[in-house]
Amino acid sequence: MQGFIDSLLATTTTGLSRELAYLGGMIGFGALVVFGFILPMAGITSWLERRVWAKIQSRVGPNRVGPGGFLQWLADGLKNLLKEDVIPEAADPTLFRLAPYIVVAGFVAAFVAIPFAGSLIIADLNIGILYISAVTSLVVVGILMAGWSSNNRWSMLGGIRSASQIISYEIPAGLSVFPVVLLSGTLSMQGIIENQGWAPVDWHMFHSPFTLAAFLMSYIALLAEGNRTPFDLPEAESELVAGFATEYSGMRSLLFFLAEWGNLYVIGAIMATLFMGGWQVPAFTDNVVLLTVAQFGMFFAKTYFWVFVAMWIRATLPRVRVDQLMSLCWKYMVPIAMVNMFGTALVMVVIPEGSRLMSYALCGLMLFGLVRFGRRVNYHLKRSRRYDTVGAIMPV
Amino acid sequence: MSYIGNITDTFSSIFEGMSITFSQFFRPAYTVQYPDRMPVRVQDTLPYRYRGILEVDLEICTGCLACERACPINCIVIDAEKNKETKALVLKRFDIDMAKCMYCGLCSEPCPTGSIHHTREFEGSDYSLESLVRRFVKVPVDAYKPKKTGENDPAIVPILERGMRYIEEFAQPEKKAS
Repeated sequence: MQGFIDSLLATTTTGLSRELAYLGGMIGFGALVVFGFILPMAGITSWLERRVWAKIQSRVGPNRVGPGGFLQWLADGLKNLLKEDVIPEAADPTLFRLAPYIVVAGFVAAFVAIPFAGSLIIADLNIGILYISAVTSLVVVGILMAGWSSNNRWSMLGGIRSASQIISYEIPAGLSVFPVVLLSGTLSMQGIIENQGWAPVDWHMFHSPFTLAAFLMSYIALLAEGNRTPFDLPEAESELVAGFATEYSGMRSLLFFLAEWGNLYVIGAIMATLFMGGWQVPAFTDNVVLLTVAQFGMFFAKTYFWVFVAMWIRATLPRVRVDQLMSLCWKYMVPIAMVNMFGTALVMVVIPEGSRLMSYALCGLMLFGLVRFGRRVNYHLKRSRRYDTVGAIMPV
Repeated sequence: MSYIGNITDTFSSIFEGMSITFSQFFRPAYTVQYPDRMPVRVQDTLPYRYRGILEVDLEICTGCLACERACPINCIVIDAEKNKETKALVLKRFDIDMAKCMYCGLCSEPCPTGSIHHTREFEGSDYSLESLVRRFVKVPVDAYKPKKTGENDPAIVPILERGMRYIEEFAQPEKKAS
């Protein structure tokens, strides 16, 4: 970002001070990201999520507003803006009003350090990933606030569950970041990406079996931190009505969901950055603009792949119980993440240059898994074919 | 040892579940998008003997009042008078209150010509109860009188045939089954 502003200042002859231009560029790009990217992106993710579930559940989903129902998110947003903002009599009004903003602030602040392309990042902090994992934990403060200030048992239970869950899963999530930090020697998001290549063999994910395991642990832990199924205990519609958001209505309620869908993107971006080579594309052109667009597209595609997987998991897996949640975290994920950390360090000591053979073998393993998965899907498709006659439902 | 077993069980069962849900992406949606996005109208997919909203073909109504007597909740009201000059039966009123009707089908069974019959139409919602009363007689008409030589009016023949078919298939279903 600074380099971009420097080149812009060199071409113009205005007497702007450098610091002022940096500040202006930062705020301008930040505002552009929040209003031009995060809000529509969170909305479109909501539409996409409903369509994906619908497809998995043999339904159609929202398809009336705009082409394929694409503008459903705008309609929902407008509807919720116009709705009455009810604040319960017994609630603590100040905290009740404040809570959604803190939740949203927690996830929007993460975008400061999330890269979009080689030169597109609001601020390339040298503690990037640490900053993101610290700032996304702010969400739990807002959720606990919402749960407590609603003065309602369901909300309270939801808030407490969320607090215990997010704080527990911070540990495996943090431990899973360590192998990557060891490999790249930096906490900066751009630095981590630059340490990888565009080819899958050069990704951190396939560096050693330990990093592959760390990758899985990381995704599971991030899902739990984002309150996604199978870890959506704080919301738990069947048990807690809507959990911490029970008493909220109108736009305040929507802000919680905005944070949830926005968090999905943050999860995907972290996965893409840490383990999947981020925006790395083969250097096919010298044109900076074209390269930036390609990098942006690559990063977006990788991120949305993980967003899609999160939706897919949500439509597949049932919710875990509270005791299962805790035993999964403390008995399985924390030890495995610990082993990954020391294992990666050991691999780095034994083969400091890294082993290409191991990377290719792990890539092959992944490919084998994908092929097996494809065959399994094909098997289920063949089995289901005899039921899939539309005429059985509606004689024509 | 169950520790490792639990982990492999978790991953294999998730693998299986995810493959089943992924196969859904290639399967058709079962949703019937009633009412506007259908390949055919729902009404046309219903069986012929479906008991929908009642309809009366006044052209072949004999004014025998069999349906009015058969109706267990008196939702059919018929006024028929003899015209003094022409000796013909004149239908002055034929109202069916669809708000009361319970779709039992007892009125269409005794009808000699199949004039009163159920259609496959079921979308009857309206803004007031009064508008659910179907008034078939707009201006008084002569009741239908069967001719001994058989019907020869080309406008009535198809309606009469429909009525006879309806009687055979609806009012006497056991006859059709045998």
